[in-house]
Amino acid sequence: MNTPDTSAAAVSAAVAPASVSRRKMHFSPYVALFPAFAIVLLAYVVTVVWNIWISFTDSKVLPVNIFVGAKQYDRLFSTARWLLSLQNVVVFGVLFIAGCLILGFLLAVALDQKVRFENTFRTIFLYPFAMSFIVTGLVWQWIMNPTLGLQKVADSIGFTWFRFDWIVQSDLALYVIVLAGIWQSSGLVMAIMLAGLRGVDRELWKATRIDGVPSWRVYLHIVIPILRPTIITASVLLAIAVVRVYELVLATTGGGPGISTEVPGKFIMDYLFGRGNIGLATGASTVMFVTVVILVTPWLYYEYFREKPRGN
Amino acid sequence: MQGPTGRKPQHLTPGRIGLYLFLVIAALFFLLPLYVMLVTSFKSMPEIRQGNIFAFPQMWTADAWVQAWSTACTGLECGGISVGFWNSVKILIPSMILSILISSLTGYALSFWRVKGANVLFAILLLGAFIPYQVFIYPLVLIYRDIGIYSTLPCIIITHTVFGLPVLTLLFRNYYSSLPMELFKAARIDGAGLWQIFFRLMIPMSIPILVVAAILQVTGIWNDFLFGVVFAGRENFPMTVQLNNIVNSTQGEKLYNVNMAATILTALVPLIVYFGSGRWFVRGITAGAVKG
Repeated sequence: MNTPDTSAAAVSAAVAPASVSRRKMHFSPYVALFPAFAIVLLAYVVTVVWNIWISFTDSKVLPVNIFVGAKQYDRLFSTARWLLSLQNVVVFGVLFIAGCLILGFLLAVALDQKVRFENTFRTIFLYPFAMSFIVTGLVWQWIMNPTLGLQKVADSIGFTWFRFDWIVQSDLALYVIVLAGIWQSSGLVMAIMLAGLRGVDRELWKATRIDGVPSWRVYLHIVIPILRPTIITASVLLAIAVVRVYELVLATTGGGPGISTEVPGKFIMDYLFGRGNIGLATGASTVMFVTVVILVTPWLYYEYFREKPRGN
Repeated sequence: MQGPTGRKPQHLTPGRIGLYLFLVIAALFFLLPLYVMLVTSFKSMPEIRQGNIFAFPQMWTADAWVQAWSTACTGLECGGISVGFWNSVKILIPSMILSILISSLTGYALSFWRVKGANVLFAILLLGAFIPYQVFIYPLVLIYRDIGIYSTLPCIIITHTVFGLPVLTLLFRNYYSSLPMELFKAARIDGAGLWQIFFRLMIPMSIPILVVAAILQVTGIWNDFLFGVVFAGRENFPMTVQLNNIVNSTQGEKLYNVNMAATILTALVPLIVYFGSGRWFVRGITAGAVKG
């Protein structure tokens, strides 16, 4: 189709077969979107519906089509391990999100003060985010190991009273996971916040300086409200990580000691593939699904589907 | 050369000292695990048992690295982490190409062409980015098993393509929406069709966003554990799964130096991408995250 275009010929060629090309135009967007439609239908819609259906059946090791109503949900919510995993994910979620937001914000503010070696600091704060949760979990598992890590170091320099064996204490192990999570993800918050801070109008700083407002008050009462969308973005990202948390727990504590650091993501994987209780596991994942949809839909609607002018 | 119009000279006030103190302590906190991993991987086991985790190796040895790469045991097999490395490469490359191709095409079609059902498609994709993977996994296993590809390389490649779609499509759609509509209209008036505009106009214009997508996919797919363990099959376990098997295998004495060398080796590819791409990495995570 590389015939040289003399303008008159090109124009007439473009105009003449209009009806043919229009029909083709109608068709080709569907061809282009076919893979996406197929994936969405098969991998997202069918699977979710199927998953929900299995949770209403009597499936154990193998899926069966015997409808049992809400039986799996009754069992699920009388399973101590599930209830503990819900409790854990809430505690983890609150501390992890709060920790990342606070540390990330402080780091971003600190880096925004025209410090030397800003690039080096930024690189150091963000590199853990490039690493997987498996790697993060394993690393912190070693550092927290009471016979090898921090506690042993403290022992050897004479602080024998120092006890830092959280990872083997069932009421404290979850906090090790929180710490590892914050180490991995607060750099992300720092990067997002720093971009937000750089977007704050410089005139604003001049004005407040002239008025003699102390900078901490400017940050608290003016900058944080301006950064609201940025903070929401960061929180949403962290919240996804909370809902999905699985690898981090697996690599740090394996859910232990006992079942003390169990989380829903791991509960489902264990019951699907280890303990062969598919009905219960799909019930649990349906609970997660419904929770996420309820929480996310209003925000998504607000963010993407309101009538907005097309970006420049 | 500090003239009166220049920036106010920064004296070392107590506030500045505090600021730097905070930054340095924070930097130590972030660097500590990497330091511990590195020094431990160069120690011998007797030294690890006696000494403390922060101490420098008294006798530097790279034995642990050799072992981690070529002879460390994952349960029964003892081929080292290198097996997982090559598996990860075999998974990464096709997954990355396929997912970027489909999602760029989808993003383009969604931003420039009026298609019935496009909003529904987009809404489901958006929602899909937030739903925990555990919801899809079991039915997918059944579907793959019925087609007969469960636990194979194509199975894991398809899975990465499927679950890379939401974030990447969002990325491309946002990028294409920021391009001027006039450009597209001009191409249409010149008689170009959907595919011509895509391959000859849009793809060349989307090099920056393609780089971002590639960074996202390299780090995301390389760091994946969940899909690897469920869908790849024992033969094709990616590096993260193998690493976890090596470290958390219960048999025998724990070889901390080998484990840490294996961990660093596993983290190496995403770290190289991170250090090599600098600002692009940040752009990738923030753009891919929510909005472009």
